[in-house]
Amino acid sequence: MGRTAVGSGSSGDAPLMAAEVASAAELAGANVLASTSARGQEVLHVTRERYLEVAGALRDSGFEMCADLCAVDYLRHLHRPLPDEVTPERFEIVVNLLSIERRQRVRLRVQVPDTDPVVPTLFNLYPGTENMEREAFDLYGVRFEGHPDQTRILMPEDWEGHPLRKDYSVGRVPVQFKEAPGPR
Amino acid sequence: MTGEELKAETSEGPQELRDREETSPAQLAIEQGSRLRLAEGLVLDRGDIDVEFGSDETMIINMGPQHPSTHGVLRIMLELEGETVLRSKPVIGYLHTGMEKTGEQLTYVQGATNLTRMDYLSPLHNELVFSLAVEALLGVEMPPRATWIRMLMTELNRIASHVMWMATNGMDLASTSMMIYGFREREMILSFFEKTTGLRMNHDYIRPGGVAADLPDGWEDDVMAIVETIPGRTDEYDGMLTGQPIFKQRTEGVGLISPELAIAMSATGPILRASGVAWDLRRAMPYLAYDEVDFDVIVGAVGDTYDRYAVRLNEIRESCKIVRQCVEMMPPGDYRAQDKKVTPPPRARINESMEALIHHFKIFTRGFEVPPGEVYTAIESPRGELGCYLVADGSNKPYRMHIRAPSFVNLQTLPLLLRGGLIADAVAVISSVDPVMGEVDR
Repeated sequence: MGRTAVGSGSSGDAPLMAAEVASAAELAGANVLASTSARGQEVLHVTRERYLEVAGALRDSGFEMCADLCAVDYLRHLHRPLPDEVTPERFEIVVNLLSIERRQRVRLRVQVPDTDPVVPTLFNLYPGTENMEREAFDLYGVRFEGHPDQTRILMPEDWEGHPLRKDYSVGRVPVQFKEAPGPR
Repeated sequence: MTGEELKAETSEGPQELRDREETSPAQLAIEQGSRLRLAEGLVLDRGDIDVEFGSDETMIINMGPQHPSTHGVLRIMLELEGETVLRSKPVIGYLHTGMEKTGEQLTYVQGATNLTRMDYLSPLHNELVFSLAVEALLGVEMPPRATWIRMLMTELNRIASHVMWMATNGMDLASTSMMIYGFREREMILSFFEKTTGLRMNHDYIRPGGVAADLPDGWEDDVMAIVETIPGRTDEYDGMLTGQPIFKQRTEGVGLISPELAIAMSATGPILRASGVAWDLRRAMPYLAYDEVDFDVIVGAVGDTYDRYAVRLNEIRESCKIVRQCVEMMPPGDYRAQDKKVTPPPRARINESMEALIHHFKIFTRGFEVPPGEVYTAIESPRGELGCYLVADGSNKPYRMHIRAPSFVNLQTLPLLLRGGLIADAVAVISSVDPVMGEVDR
C-alpha cells in the first residue's frame, strides 16, 4: 500500500564533450556586443537595451534556469579592460544562466550607468530572479524596471543608502587596549 | 486598541502583505504564484485565483521571526482563510551581517574564516567554494591528496548536515526521538572534525592552496567507524519514520512542486531532485575528483515533503559510499600546493630559515596578490548549488565576492509550497525547504 517513493539512479551520460556544445554566443544571435572567455567560462557582454532579448533568446534555446544574478560596483576601476565594443560604466549586472539539459553555463554582463541605474527585470523570463533582483536593489541601488516587489530584502525598511556600493564606508569599532580611566 | 492602531504598531512598511482591497487582481495573481508564465500549459488558471475573498474573511498573521519551527529568524506572513493558507510572504534579513562587504575588507587568506560562518551546518562547503574560486583565478594546481581530503571532509559534512536536518525535521513533526538520534550521529562526525581541524564548526580548514593540516594519525579508523555506523542508523530512521503512518500522513502530498516550477524558481538541491530532476553538480559538472568515484544521484518522483525527506535520507547513504571510496583511494603526498606565494612554509623551517620566516609573516599579514579577473565557481552543498562569483583587481583582497546562497534562492519556493495547505502543514513544509538563516541573510 505504501509507496517507497524514491527511486535512485544515476543521471546518465558522462559530461558532454565541449566541442559538441554550441556556444551561447551563437545561440543568442546578433544582439551580443562581444563574447569573451574568462578562465574557460563563456561571458557575453550585452547592452541594457538588448539585455531582455538576449536573455529571452537564451532561455528559448535551452538555458532554462537563472542560477545567479548579482551587481558589481566598479567605482575604483572605471577604466577596466573590456572588449572594445563595450563602454565601461560604474555598475555591472552579472547574470549566470544554466542549461540543465546541455550542462552548460553562460554569464551575461550588462553595463549600467551611475546616473540612471535602471535595468529591465528578468522576472517575466525567470521568476526565480525575484529575490536576487531585490538583493541587488537593496545592496547596490540598481532598480529593476517591472519588478513586482521592488523593496529592500536584507536591510531594514528605513535604511538609507546601499551598503555594498564602494563609496559606502565600512563601520569601525575602535579597539580599546587599555582599561578606561576612571574610578572603579 | 483599534485595528488601525494595532496595524501601525506591527507594520513594517512596504514589506508587509497588503490588504486584498488594495491589491489589483494582477498583483494578487503574482503573489499567489501565477508568476510562472513560461509555457502555455503552465499559466495559472485565472479562476484559481481566490479574488472572491474579502479582507474581512481572511486573516493575516505572522509566523516568526522567533517561532521555533522556522529554524532561526525567518518571518513568514500568512494570509489565512480558516486554517487554509492563501498567500504567504517570507520576510528575511534579521541575521544580515554584511558578510559580502566584510569579505571585501579581508585578504584572500582571511576570506575563508569569514565565509565559513555563512552556512553554519556545512561550513566546509563554504570554504571549498571560495578556495576553488581563488585557485581558479590564481591558476594553482592542487596536489591529489588535497583534492581527496577536501572530498572526504565535505562528504562527511554533507552527512552531518543531512543528519542534523533529520533531527530538526523530526522535532518539527513531533518525533522528538529522531531529534536525539540525529544529534547523536552528528556528534560523531563533529568530533572527527574537531580532531582534524581543531574546531567542531567554523573550521577554516579548507584554504586557498590546499587544506590547513594533514589528516590526523589513525584517521582511517575514525572515518571507517563513522561510515560503518551511519548506514545502520539510517535503517533505524527507516523503521522509525519512513514507514510510520503518522509521519507519512504529515508529509505525503504536502508542499508539492513540479519540476518545471522548481527550475523556473531556480530551486536546486534536494527540492529540485525530489521533484524528479536528476541535477547534481557532483555528477553534472564534476569538481574535485567526483568523476572518479561511484555514487548515485537520488531522485524523487512526486516532489512533496516526503520525497524531500527520502532524498536526503538516501543521500546520507550515498555520501557514506563516497567516503568509503575516499578512504580506499586516498593518495599519499602533499596536502597543500607547493607554491611559495600561496602556501606558508612548514612550521619547522621557520626556525632554520630567515626567508621562511619572512614568507610566513608576509602570507599571514599581507596575504598574496591575485591576478585581475572574474570567475564563478559552483559546488553542490547539502542545500543546493552554492556559488561564488569572485572579482579580483590584482590586490590582496577580493574586489567583489558574491555568494550564491542556495537557501536564499530556495526560500522563494515557499509561497508556492504553502499555498492551499493547512497551517499545521506549514511547519513541515518550512522544515523540508531546509533554510539555514545564516546563509539566507549573510
